[in-house]
This record gives sequence, structure tokens and C-alpha cells, in this order.
Amino acid sequence: MSEHKVFMIFQNTADAQPFISAFEQENPRATLDYQPGMVRIEGLGELGITQAVVSELAGRDVNLQELHLTLISLSGNIDEDDDYFRITRH
Amino acid sequence: MSLNIAAKEIKPLRLNYGHIARRIGDNKPATRYQEAVYDVQPTTNFHYPPSWDPSRKLYDTARTAIVMQDWYSFTDPRQFYYTSYVAARAKQQEIMESNFELVEKRDLLQSLPAELAAQIRQVLIPLRHYEYGANMNNQDICHRGYGTTITSLASFNGFDRIGMAQYISRIALLLDGNEETSLQAAKEAWLNNPAWQGLRQAMEDSFVLDDWFEILVVQDIVMDGLLYPLIYEAFISQVAAQGGSTFLMLTQFMNEWSEENTRWTNQLLKVTASESPANAQLLAEWVRVWLARIDLALLPIAHLAFGAKGAEQLATVKAELLARLAKQGLKV
Repeated sequence: MSEHKVFMIFQNTADAQPFISAFEQENPRATLDYQPGMVRIEGLGELGITQAVVSELAGRDVNLQELHLTLISLSGNIDEDDDYFRITRH
Repeated sequence: MSLNIAAKEIKPLRLNYGHIARRIGDNKPATRYQEAVYDVQPTTNFHYPPSWDPSRKLYDTARTAIVMQDWYSFTDPRQFYYTSYVAARAKQQEIMESNFELVEKRDLLQSLPAELAAQIRQVLIPLRHYEYGANMNNQDICHRGYGTTITSLASFNGFDRIGMAQYISRIALLLDGNEETSLQAAKEAWLNNPAWQGLRQAMEDSFVLDDWFEILVVQDIVMDGLLYPLIYEAFISQVAAQGGSTFLMLTQFMNEWSEENTRWTNQLLKVTASESPANAQLLAEWVRVWLARIDLALLPIAHLAFGAKGAEQLATVKAELLARLAKQGLKV
């Protein structure tokens, strides 16, 4: 079971907040673990966000590639496009 | 010797301020926007009534007939507070500055057909007085309104109008090679040309409205909702098709701004109308009265801009505005 685990780790900053909130909102079963200076978001099989949700949370048009500015680490296979970002492992 | 560096986590006792925590919960860090707007306005301990309105408190919900349980239930979808507003506008100003620079440097208005230039002088340039009036209205909303989410946004809106009035003035100066003939002719038109008097009178009547929310509806929803699509979308597109595509660049900000304005006014209407049927009815009544009046006032301007097709263009814009309002729950 644990081999299906995927995670994203972000810096816990204001810039990362829309992404963290989007992961929380769009993946109800994901767990958020607040560690010193960073947030670890873990899920089973899949974690994903969409551009529309991140933009609404940020109040502006967000380019999903901006997540790399605050991303520390991730695990999973990336599937991405202009309007969504997803990591999966099955 | 081995050195063992142990990480030690110091948990902050609290993540946000008490008044923010009461709104979003104490387990979540607040965004800058939330910190900048929520419950910033004083609500108690007003020692003296203001000398300019002694029957009410300094900040008083009774200055509008709209009733809200919580005046902070509306939040700006753009999340503008001072920093984010200034950063966004600085970026747009830079683009506009380079647009103007390019037009000036390459003399792009040189090839403009004379009749098109005359039409721009007639239709676009007098609007700097409209923007100035809109600035007064929005600063007034900021002054007498209630709820920082609304008043801060009205203040930003007022500043935007000054900026747009200046862009229009610069267009006039570009047209005239820095002579002020168009500017003066435009002022003369705003004051005396019969085509502009309906709009000017409606604008001046809106200055003296008692209810600040009504001013907001008249100015930012009805007037802007008709005038911006009519002029900056339809008219400028027509100018561009006739060889004046430079004006697309020179009015780029107004176009973007109008989209933004639509976004927050939609949200405000939706929140306010869904609060109670009484609110929805009052909003619809204001829109009904002023839409009829402004529609009539804009007709001669639509004729100046589109000739015989003026009425048709104005009707299209009006239908679009009504559809937009209906989506927010306003049956006019």
C-alpha cells in the first residue's frame, strides 16, 4: 500500500499558500503535515490541482509553473498541462 | 568528534490575529488580503457624531438602504490590498508607457485618416471628464461606505479613473502634437454640446445621491456597464478596422480594467442580492431607474460613434448588461 504513496512538499510561505490550499481543497483525502518551514502534502495514488482553483484562491491568473518557485520536493509521476498539474503512482 | 545538529521545532502559539481567526479559524494562516481588510473599520466607541452628518455615527450602516448581516461577506475576487493593487497597476502602467512611447517614436498616428481623428476627438476625448466624475463618485463611496472590503476597493477604483483620464489626455496631446486644442474642444463639448448633456446631467445627479450603495450601482455597474463595452470594445474595434489600430494599444488598459471591474461588481451584486429578497429588489429598482436614464443619455454619443447604427449598438450592449445582471440574481 505504501508504494502507492505520492507527496508534494512546499515551502510554507505566502507565495505557496494558493497551491497548498488548492491541494487541500481538491484532494479531500490528502493529509497535510506542517513541518518547520514547510508543508508536506501526502496522498494515495494521486494528487492534483487545477489552474482555475489556484487562480481563484490567489485572486489572479496563475501560471501553474509558478509552483516550482516554492516546491521543495515531490514523489510520483507527473502529468501536467496548462490547466492542471497531477502526480500519480499506481 | 561528531557534531550532532538536532532540528528543533518551535511552534508559534497562534497563526493569525484574533479578529481574523474569528472569520477563518485559528488553525490557518491568514492571507495578506484578509489581514488588510477584515474588520479594519471601527465599529464602536464613536465619541462624537461627525459634524457633516450629525444624525449618524462616523461609520454607520444606516447610510445605505441595503441591509447586510455581515458587511464583510463580500470579498474582492482580485484580493486587492495596497501592495497587490500597486504591484498590478505598476505592471500595467509600464506596458501602457511603452505603448505610448512606441506610438510617439514611430509617429504611428501620422497615417490616421483625418475623419477618424475627428471622430476620436468627438467621442473619446470628452470621456476624460466622465472619468473624473467617476473618480469623485468612487471616492465618495470610500468616504461614506461601510466595510473595508468595499471602501478600499472604491478608493482604488477612484485612483484608476484618474489614471484613465490621464491616458485620454495623453491621447489628445498625441493627436495634436502637444497642443491643447482637442482638450479644450472636449471640455467645451462636455459642457455645451447637446450630445453630452444627458450623460453629464446624469453624472452630476449621481454626485448628490444620498445612498452610497446607489451611487455604486449607478456609477460602477450601470454607467460603466454600458459605456465601457460601447466605447472601449465596440467603438475602438470599429476605429481599428478603419485604420486606427493604434488606439487598441492606447486604450489597452481601459479594456483590461473593464474586465476587472465586471469581475468584482458581479461578485458584489451576487453577495448583496442573495442576502435578502429586499436587497435584490432594491438593487433591481435602482438598476431599472438608472438604466433607462443612462441608456437614453448615451444614445446621442452612440450616434456620434456609430452613425446610423448607434441605437443598435447601444441595444446590444444593454442586452449584454441585463444578461450579466440576471446571472447575479437581479431581475430588472
